[in-house]
Amino acid sequence: MTAFVIRRIFQAALVLLATAVIVFIGVYAIGDPLEILLPGDATMAEREAVAQSLGLDKPLPVQFFTFLGNAVQGDFGRSFVYNRPAVDVILERLPATLELAFTALMISLILGIPLGLWAGTKPQSGVDETIMTGSILGFSMPNFWQGMMLIMVFSVALGWLPSTGRGETGTVLGMRTSFATWDGVAHLILPATNLALGQLALVIRLTRTGVQETMPLDFVKFARARGLSETRILLVHVMKNILIPIVTVIGVEFGSLIAFAVVTETIFAWPGVGKLIIDSIGALDRPIVVAYILVIVAMFIVINLIVDVLYSLLDPRVRARAA
Amino acid sequence: MSLLHIDNLHTVFDTAAGTIRAVDGVSLTLEPGQIVGLVGESGSGKSITGFSVLGLLDPPGRVAEGRILFKGRDLASLSPREFRALRGDRIAMIFQDPMMTLNPVLSIGTQMVETVQAHRKVSKAEARARARDALGRVGIPRPEERLAAYPHEFSGGMRQRVAIAMALLHEPDLIIADEPTTALDVTIQAQILSVVQGLVADMGMALIWISHDLGVVAGLADRIAVMYAGRIVEEGATDDVLDRPRHPYTAGLVASTPLANDRGQPLRQIRGTAPSPLNRPAGCAFAPRCDHATEVCGQEPGETAQGDRRWRCFHPLGGQA
Repeated sequence: MTAFVIRRIFQAALVLLATAVIVFIGVYAIGDPLEILLPGDATMAEREAVAQSLGLDKPLPVQFFTFLGNAVQGDFGRSFVYNRPAVDVILERLPATLELAFTALMISLILGIPLGLWAGTKPQSGVDETIMTGSILGFSMPNFWQGMMLIMVFSVALGWLPSTGRGETGTVLGMRTSFATWDGVAHLILPATNLALGQLALVIRLTRTGVQETMPLDFVKFARARGLSETRILLVHVMKNILIPIVTVIGVEFGSLIAFAVVTETIFAWPGVGKLIIDSIGALDRPIVVAYILVIVAMFIVINLIVDVLYSLLDPRVRARAA
Repeated sequence: MSLLHIDNLHTVFDTAAGTIRAVDGVSLTLEPGQIVGLVGESGSGKSITGFSVLGLLDPPGRVAEGRILFKGRDLASLSPREFRALRGDRIAMIFQDPMMTLNPVLSIGTQMVETVQAHRKVSKAEARARARDALGRVGIPRPEERLAAYPHEFSGGMRQRVAIAMALLHEPDLIIADEPTTALDVTIQAQILSVVQGLVADMGMALIWISHDLGVVAGLADRIAVMYAGRIVEEGATDDVLDRPRHPYTAGLVASTPLANDRGQPLRQIRGTAPSPLNRPAGCAFAPRCDHATEVCGQEPGETAQGDRRWRCFHPLGGQA
């Protein structure tokens, strides 16, 4: 197990380094941030002064290694636009995005697994067809369009829920969260639902397929022969087997939830990192872009690690191999 | 009153290709404590007969005709809840492949405790104690520790012992064993056989042992019922059937069993293959493979009974029947 963890940390460091190189060069290639930061009538002397203060006068490799040297000490540079440490700017916005993504994940699991189980136990029935058709809509309708429709129906037509912003937040256990106030929750519902729809469709399909593959297996038949109730067979025997593929896919997809949050955050004016990164790319604010992507990559690595741990909790055979 | 009385059972599967008559008029009676070997080739309907009794047919399978009486009660009249209460309690089943019958992600203890609690209102500790005793009875060493183990930590033979222990937790009146030794090594096969034999004798349970292996059944069963193409073609006391088979199919099965004194001789086989259940010949289904077949075999052979022997054949072997 220790060797496994050490190997994982080493791999993670390599992935982070490779990402840093690619993003650094990528943003450098897009354009010169000075063009955007400086007013059009700036003199050459002003240009040089700003370039020097931001370290943009040096050749790219030098800039990169300076960045790398600082990064290993936890300093990812100062934002060109906000003139504050990039990591601070990101961490300030990240909780809002994480809260949104986590709520979306919960919605997709809490609704998706029961719907998938229901559809899976009644193949080819009216219930199954309805749920499956619904999930196709969830998959194929563009995310931004779904978002606008939600606003149209629930904010404009019915006037039940607010359409923009994060609303009031409160502090619970030292974290600022929308769950502390009703206003916060009301603001969270629409964007979280918007973000959840695609995931919901995925969870339904995964669960349904899992049920249909597991039900004909001998151990289900033997469980029936032992006189267990259908409820116990479905919720314990079948569920525990199909959770393994669901956890795998959801783990990977949680990352893309954060990425997709860009669209949702833009539509609902949610003050998260998604909106920050779009603005920063527009302004060629390299420290923010690089630091953001490194944070996201680090998050993916942690999620994968969590998935591996969950595996061994769910499947005794994995546990045996890891020991 | 007989323990189990199957009367003219027809089990069919409605498929796109047509209706498959997997079980086509089977009648069988079991007395308490009796052991019956249900013998036949793959596809003869012997396993489907077993699943019909337990009410565990996979769709689109259904009982189209006939009655199954268990202790005089018509099983078709039971509600799903009543049937569930019967399964695993009064009627138990042991499956063929022990690698597949236990849930891989639940511990043996969990699976045994749930089986106890499905039928008895007892505490978890009490259920665990019963589970431990049951594991001990089937010869699992250190049963207390093994309750925490998962199926993959057992060998095939040990898993089958665990499955047997689970099936016998409530000392059922009837066990249906569907080829429980087929997937195992020969030495393990013998161990499992002796475990089951011992337990059945101790508890006085009736047993339907489904098998394609006459050798296994010969040493175990009181009676043998031979199935062919969805029907019982011959039934009687084990020694009587094996020594004096009346149906040519039974005779063919007996002749094709390898014996030590036949060393060096080519095995005798029954020519041809069993007919597809979708397209069975009219009349006697065995006629196309039978050396004794005549024109009359194009008609349905009725059942002939003589003492406690019965067969379905126009040209029975031996005797002047």
